[in-house]
Amino acid sequence: MMEFRKEFFADDRDDDLVTIGQPVRRQDILGHVTGRSPFYDDHLFEGLLHIRCARAPHHHARIRRIDTSEAERMPGVVRVLTGRDVPRNLNTLLSLLDFGLDDEPILAETKTAYRGEPVAAVIAETEAQARDAVLKVRVDWEELPHVLDPEESLKPGAPVVCDVYPLNRFVYHGKYDHQKLRYGDVEAAFAAADHIVEGRYQMSPIEQAPIETCGAIAAPEVNDRYVCYTGTQGLFFSLGTAAKVLQMPSSRLHFVGGTVGGGFGGKVDSVHEPIAILGAMLTARPCKFAWDREEEMQVGAPRGAERWYIKDAVARDGRILARKFTGYFDAGAYTRLSSYAVIKSVGHLPGPYTIPNVSADVYCVYTNRTPSTAMRGFGITGVDFAIECHMDKVAETVGMNPIDLRILNAYRDGDMKAHRRVAKNCALVECCQVVADKAGVTLAAEARDATSLTGGGGARGELPAFTRTDDHGRVEGFDTGSYARKGGTAPASASPPRSPVPARAEGQRASAGGSMPPADAARSRAPAQPQPAPQAPVQPPASAAQVPPASERTAQPGAARRAGALRFSSLSGFRRR
Amino acid sequence: MALHRGRGFAAINYPIGMNLGGDPSQALVHSNPEGKFTVALSSIDLGQGMKSVTRQIAAETLGVPVEDVYVDTADSDTGPHCMGSFASRGTHRVGNAVIEAAQEARAVMLEAAAEELEVDAGDLVTDGRGSIHVKGAPSRAITTMAACQAAQFRQGRTVSGRGIFLIPLSEVDPDTGEMTPVSCFAHAAMLVEVEVDDETGEVRVLDMQSAYEVGRALNPRLVEQQLVGGAWMGMSHAAWETTEPRYPDRAHGPVDFNSYLMPGPGDIAPHHISVLERPAPDGPFGGKGPGEMCANPVLPAVCNAVYDAVGVRIDELPVTPEKVLRGIRANGGARPRGRL
Repeated sequence: MMEFRKEFFADDRDDDLVTIGQPVRRQDILGHVTGRSPFYDDHLFEGLLHIRCARAPHHHARIRRIDTSEAERMPGVVRVLTGRDVPRNLNTLLSLLDFGLDDEPILAETKTAYRGEPVAAVIAETEAQARDAVLKVRVDWEELPHVLDPEESLKPGAPVVCDVYPLNRFVYHGKYDHQKLRYGDVEAAFAAADHIVEGRYQMSPIEQAPIETCGAIAAPEVNDRYVCYTGTQGLFFSLGTAAKVLQMPSSRLHFVGGTVGGGFGGKVDSVHEPIAILGAMLTARPCKFAWDREEEMQVGAPRGAERWYIKDAVARDGRILARKFTGYFDAGAYTRLSSYAVIKSVGHLPGPYTIPNVSADVYCVYTNRTPSTAMRGFGITGVDFAIECHMDKVAETVGMNPIDLRILNAYRDGDMKAHRRVAKNCALVECCQVVADKAGVTLAAEARDATSLTGGGGARGELPAFTRTDDHGRVEGFDTGSYARKGGTAPASASPPRSPVPARAEGQRASAGGSMPPADAARSRAPAQPQPAPQAPVQPPASAAQVPPASERTAQPGAARRAGALRFSSLSGFRRR
Repeated sequence: MALHRGRGFAAINYPIGMNLGGDPSQALVHSNPEGKFTVALSSIDLGQGMKSVTRQIAAETLGVPVEDVYVDTADSDTGPHCMGSFASRGTHRVGNAVIEAAQEARAVMLEAAAEELEVDAGDLVTDGRGSIHVKGAPSRAITTMAACQAAQFRQGRTVSGRGIFLIPLSEVDPDTGEMTPVSCFAHAAMLVEVEVDDETGEVRVLDMQSAYEVGRALNPRLVEQQLVGGAWMGMSHAAWETTEPRYPDRAHGPVDFNSYLMPGPGDIAPHHISVLERPAPDGPFGGKGPGEMCANPVLPAVCNAVYDAVGVRIDELPVTPEKVLRGIRANGGARPRGRL
């Protein structure tokens, strides 16, 4: 079912390798097919305890009181954990990269923002006993108004989902309530276009659906350490998260994983490791915390629903002259990784096409639903769905074969992309040609003769002479960390261009050695600007007034919220702030 | 009432590695007393074949048979840091770290061999089958085992190497979105044929024709497994799965595989894959990551094929019989387009 088309790009390759390119049998296949490969759940311990969570039944509710006394008296129950037991009961995953504010409790104490949010963790001798005791955790709820649709959530007066972000949206670079992309002048192109093509696209949330549900087993190890067997997709990512939440030096944690029964992005959130280790710490016994299938599907973070609006300016001959996006990532109740996916999607726009004017406003929006997270194609799959459905409409509007239309607009080597780097190593045209050939689709002569190596660059490699910028969505009083921060952010103005733009940006430099990263072209051509020192984050004034603190230990968001976070810096590696 | 066939097309590219970089991975390689090599990682094998592809990369770089290499992952006490297995970064980032580590170990192995053979290390080549010999003089040879043993037990050298790969974190301009997202892209195009029942609204995927450009297929079987499985996931994403069938309403959420539907063996469409290889300048042997992108073209291609078949645009996933049927009714019947 799979063939190689070696005739393409043959000049780019030496096909003289020994082991690379061979269908070598997998190293782990014998263990897998005989059922002997050890997964995290195969590390069973004498006296293993089981953890199950009591969860919010409402979309949005204030917690008046949590009473665990009856649950604690249930048969087999060893301990019931609440937020009070978590050393640092507020976290955001990407604090490891110094990106975003801690926004999510490990076990909710004052309010819950989605149905299924955990409020207590019962530790019992058997899983069945833990399940029974969970039903005896009494919570005095005060239901709050909720919002489920991302665009409803952005309207004035919508319920505040997450106190840390009172506008119900993530704040980018401490400056805007969305991530912008501005390249050229889309409005001028719309005014001059032969056709305007518009569309609205809605991705559905889906489950990563690994065969092995998420979980971890932790146990006291010798020498005052804890071992944690886990199905995580990022061993040190989960280790760093556990160290932060448990306020424990990472040297006291020993994580073992690496053989995982499917992940697809759903095993990055590091939900299980901190609670399993905390259980082991407080009971001095091995503890297992794992989701059942229902939790995996409804509490485990799915692929986020994304909504995209696209508007194209199209010439009669099929060339796309401008493309404008408005995107809404439905993060659910907490950020998890959605803030990152928004930037990733913006770097991906306008898809694999060379379009001289591109603009995008993309929002990371909070709603009262299960937080969403990474899934295969994170930040890309949804916008590719929107773009490629839209391309079909454009083709129909101008009366072109849909494959011809893709090739006509495809990016080629040397073209300038909307994120202001030069394209190289392109191969979209050839993929289109191969499929057309196999499927018996007759392409136009120009499309048949096109290549990724020719036709690009020149005027197509130039930056636009003028880029229309604006500062709508400006916010004050936020600092979302040093991640991806560009130095010296001058206030934007509308026209004229905010700074003289060089005629041509340097492309990504690939080294001869093959193992060196490309230089950051931006750095090489921007005048040296002092990198602002990481500032103490400022609490948004609005939320300070209206929102009671999550807990005493996290009562002063600001400095306290980020203190103790590991900060990732590409210069110094992991270090403590 | 009739069955209508339609064809839909989509083309995509896919960024390899974490957006903006800043996602290092490390590798350690060392020889045991028998001249067999262990690669120590903390990277995760999710079933995609991380242990196998890094093993091949190490063997190719060291110049030893793949059977002489074992990959040990993931123990935080013994494996050096890796950001994780996501963002299509495993092959690209970890592969480059393994190359760097293996190159350092290989250099020691060749120096040890040179000392035993009394030649210059620069004149030595490996045959990939366990032998090191003088270039152009295959009889002046030593086995990789003998070279590694000489290093460790006669010369006092450790045949080992360290590797790291890091694309430094880049910045994002808040006002224009200027950034360096990634260093390379994979590509794909796909044509899907569907059959739509205008009485029930049901959509069957009949056939998939695809081309995937992956840089270099480091292990063709692992690539095929990804592309076949990923396209299946894309098909399922397009027309079967959702955790929230009434999004944004939270009701009717599935809780098990009885209510969370995925295509079974009888639903799988034949998939004809062509692989193109345009090596990435900074990829390990040019390799990119095929793992994530393979699902992406299927979603829009299915929607476009449904439109081609009956003239109904499905702009909200998943493509359910209800949406198709409502669309057909709103149009006053099926309106086949036949554009492809």
